[in-house]
Amino acid sequence: MATLKELSKFEERFVGGHRLCAGCGHGISVRMVLNAAEDYNVVVGCATGCLEVASTIYPYTAWNCSFIHSAFENAGATISGVEAAYKSLKRQGKIDKDFKFVAFGGDGGTYDIGFQSLSGAMERGHNMVYVCLDNEAYMNTGIQRSSATPMGADTTTSPAGKVIPGKQQPRKDLTAIMAAHNIPYAAQTSISNWQDVHKKAKKAFDVEGPAFLNILSPCPRGWRYNTPDIVELTKIAVETRFWPLYEVENGKWKLNYKPKKYVPIEEFLKPQGRFRHLFAPGNEHVIKAIQEEIDNRWLALLSRCGEPQELPAK
Amino acid sequence: MTPFNRNFGQGKRTKAVRPDMNWEEITKAGNVYEPGNANTYETGDWRTIRPVWNKDRCIHCLICWRYCPDASIIATDGKFDSFDYKHCKGCGICANVCPVHAIDMFSEDEMDRQKEAKRNEE
Repeated sequence: MATLKELSKFEERFVGGHRLCAGCGHGISVRMVLNAAEDYNVVVGCATGCLEVASTIYPYTAWNCSFIHSAFENAGATISGVEAAYKSLKRQGKIDKDFKFVAFGGDGGTYDIGFQSLSGAMERGHNMVYVCLDNEAYMNTGIQRSSATPMGADTTTSPAGKVIPGKQQPRKDLTAIMAAHNIPYAAQTSISNWQDVHKKAKKAFDVEGPAFLNILSPCPRGWRYNTPDIVELTKIAVETRFWPLYEVENGKWKLNYKPKKYVPIEEFLKPQGRFRHLFAPGNEHVIKAIQEEIDNRWLALLSRCGEPQELPAK
Repeated sequence: MTPFNRNFGQGKRTKAVRPDMNWEEITKAGNVYEPGNANTYETGDWRTIRPVWNKDRCIHCLICWRYCPDASIIATDGKFDSFDYKHCKGCGICANVCPVHAIDMFSEDEMDRQKEAKRNEE
């Protein structure tokens, strides 16, 4: 594992001057992932979303590497096409450099709209990395619910009020779905632990064939928390088992972090304005339902990873 | 009539963005031929609070560098060098993740007022 001292000497691939909000989680995640590519030449593709529209406002680009625009639904298809073209050119001897291919998508562009192109790219086995920056709603268009939005969250298309207490369905487990494609590498990670992100991103780049990374990347506007607390918040998400850190390498599930203490989900919900209504009287059943969902998913994850099936001690 | 400048892969025009640039001068397919040219665009004027480095307390762990979303912490030879105030948006994450509290956040307004007072004294 390289130290930050060594890592800081690699070239910066996502430079300042992009127009992401102050304190945006995407900037941090992208810098971490591209830093893990170290000395490789990278080609980046990007699904439409905050990251794409804020980093490539014509005639500027914040990407200090090759970059290709694509529409919302086809980041996976675009980057797999680029990879196929590269393979052909390499075979013809027209390119002698080595490249790595990476696609970034938000949760809307990955969980919902871009799901078919991502699934197809993974099935065809292109040598690429797909990184999902999960901020749990369509933040770019004004905080609409996506299938990654957790139960009970207040969004503009699932507004909390007298009729419903926020989103009614639990979130989709995309990392498990991607692992079910039997790809060489799929992992879930959080920016609170930069070593974990770096290790997993490096593995994803080094692996031959498709790899998938799911990164929890908070949005200060949509989540409505105190912006500088981003690292603590993502840490609590891991501690409450809302966002478990695990990886699936060639079909082998491995849990990377096991919380020692049982931290109730309220700790994660409380600092965020989008869950404020859950603490009003009459909404206790939603928190209970969220907690049950998390406990069930945690037990299922433990059994997949071959760990003893028990909740952390209270 | 001057011929259309279709700019086939030359990308000459992207280096100078002018307010009076018309559509014929825009590069083919909206390509940008200079990677990382957003560096010339300054986002530092968004900032309302400013990070200030305390040299004596800093242990050069570079955790602030790792967590800056704007690549606004410049590290040279594995050591903290300076803040890039041209791009720093003042989110305050660096001050929050610093284990030894070597970064303090100051209000830009307050700093302006202090500067003004100093100038008046002189």
